[in-house]
Amino acid sequence: MSDAAIVAAGLTRTFGKLIAVDSVDLTIPKGKIYGFLGPNGSGKTTTIRMLCGLLKPSAGSARVFGMELPRDAEKVRPRIGYMTQKFSLYEDLTVRENLEFMGRIYSMRRRRRRQRIESNLARYALDDRQRQRAGTLSGGQKQRLALAAVTLHEPELLLLDEPTSAVDPQSRRDFWDGLFELAEGGTTILVSTHFMDEAERCHRLAILAEGRLVAEGVPRELSSNIDAVVLEVETDRPRRARAALRSVGFVRAVTQIGARLHVMVETGTDDPEAQVRAVLKSGGVAGIVERVSANLEDVFVAATGFDGDVALPAADGSAGADESGAGSDEVHP
Amino acid sequence: MSSLLRMGAIIGKEIRQLSRDRLTFGMIIGIPLLQILLFGYAINLDVRHLRAGVADQATTQLSRQLIADVEASQVVDIVARARTAGELEDMMRRGEITVGIVIPADFERRVREATRPAAQLLVDGSDPTVANIAMRLAQMRFELRKVGVERPSTVFEVRTYYNPERRSAVQIVPALIGVILTLTMVLFTSVAVVRERERGNLELLITTPIRNLELMIGKIIPYIVIGLIQVTIILLVGWYLFDVPVRGSVVDLYQGSLLFIAASLSLGLMLSTFAKTQFQAMQLAFLAFLPQLLLSGFMFPFDGMPPLAQRIGRLLPLTHFIAIVRGVVLRGAALEELMPNVRALGIFFLITMTLATLRFRKRLD
Repeated sequence: MSDAAIVAAGLTRTFGKLIAVDSVDLTIPKGKIYGFLGPNGSGKTTTIRMLCGLLKPSAGSARVFGMELPRDAEKVRPRIGYMTQKFSLYEDLTVRENLEFMGRIYSMRRRRRRQRIESNLARYALDDRQRQRAGTLSGGQKQRLALAAVTLHEPELLLLDEPTSAVDPQSRRDFWDGLFELAEGGTTILVSTHFMDEAERCHRLAILAEGRLVAEGVPRELSSNIDAVVLEVETDRPRRARAALRSVGFVRAVTQIGARLHVMVETGTDDPEAQVRAVLKSGGVAGIVERVSANLEDVFVAATGFDGDVALPAADGSAGADESGAGSDEVHP
Repeated sequence: MSSLLRMGAIIGKEIRQLSRDRLTFGMIIGIPLLQILLFGYAINLDVRHLRAGVADQATTQLSRQLIADVEASQVVDIVARARTAGELEDMMRRGEITVGIVIPADFERRVREATRPAAQLLVDGSDPTVANIAMRLAQMRFELRKVGVERPSTVFEVRTYYNPERRSAVQIVPALIGVILTLTMVLFTSVAVVRERERGNLELLITTPIRNLELMIGKIIPYIVIGLIQVTIILLVGWYLFDVPVRGSVVDLYQGSLLFIAASLSLGLMLSTFAKTQFQAMQLAFLAFLPQLLLSGFMFPFDGMPPLAQRIGRLLPLTHFIAIVRGVVLRGAALEELMPNVRALGIFFLITMTLATLRFRKRLD
């Protein structure tokens, strides 16, 4: 267990009647980038807040570096860095003043503080912004400043809550380069996201839906171990094809990707290609059907029942199981 | 028609938002209720029961009769006895009495000589209303006839201490230091924590190793400096424009102010742990300001208030600061002579600071 940075068992948090996080078990290895993938409201933020001692679990336990939270929160705090979803540094202080402030809060002595500030200013390309007020920075610059601030004291564990949600694609790529560099240096990183491409870059991934952990593993293995057959349908009438397919029992979910559809079919189905063709034909739609290997989005859809039509998780609760034993749970948004 | 519809939309939204902010909603009822009660209790233009001390050097039947008559008027309560006028002056400087009655040894003879004042009324001029009320006492005719004395003129000669010209600036300016500090200090800190919460800074701050007490002390120290600057401004303007003297030690005055500033700041901090938004924090600060303004003795003489109002007043820091500041600035009292007030401020600071620190959680739930 000594190589685990975080161990959580049965971690649960309720707000009144709402179960925000529902008995989550987690083991997050040291020195890796661990992703939380899930839609809004799936419990990512609440879980992260429990893992840095900001919220008290309603049930279950969370240990960081072997220390119990929230009891030992104060002992854990100097060793972790938490980057909030919303920019939480001082907008009326300059870039340098913010870093200086964080350095002092973490009791860094003058010499080390100066050294670390210089190195982070350079590393996150903020040299020429030092004297600029943080409030006037762009989304990408703010996020770089937040990362510079949270890594200033060289924490062993970084908790990043949707760090790239307000950032352009180029900044996202740069940001991830930065994360890999940190991980290489031995920092454990827990990052939540709702971007598939980001989830794909994590060493390990947990998929959360409605507060529950529905799938966990290495992203590539998650894709290859998916318990469903994925077919791709190319058609010029995707909406109609989709409507037809969704009314069939063995189809679990249908996701539209431009002019193509990803159709997820129960594993036990005989000759799924033929069956899908038949459904399309009877629906009066022409299309080319082809078996493809699952991508992470398919894993996500299979695990959460989130079928890509509207950005809402399924309401009927059938999404919970990550082994899809249950028969005809075609998911409606 | 569509104008009505749009206005209606705004009206409906305002009412909904208001009814969801429970603190604000409470204020709608609470503020008028509190204010009417406070005013009702505190305003008492027919002020009675001023604390008085007597130095009866005659100790004759006639002098005892005078004292009895004075007490019967209910304008003063005799709370202390002294031998000399000097002793009464000391008591007055310490704020123990606001009126002193000196009956000289030759009282009997003086009473019969209509041209000479028979006794002396020493009045604390540092409180504006006390001076007026004591004047009433001076004009009162006493029933000395019963003992066979007819006297056309008044019995008392009035000596107003500390502000003999009875200028209102002299009476108001020192106490104004307290009122201004109460308003600004409580407001500054009550908003200080909530602002960080509203802007999202707090979520970051509480995951760092900073401790509650460090955060609280760090928050109040800059404002202490600001408070002392405000004290200086008021004193300088009061002295330069309004000729308000500082009779006591300036060091004592600043020490007293420091204590009061700390008490007000920690009160603000404590309030800010109850508020969720800056708007709520400001309302709470206002709520804390009202009773202090009315019950502290700034607007109405403390002695004239009913016992319940006095009891509440004694819990408020401004009451004790006004006692200190009038004592030091106008009566030239030393801080050691005002220890009960100093102690009260110290206790108030410790309690509110402890509550603020305990109530502040480094958690979000």
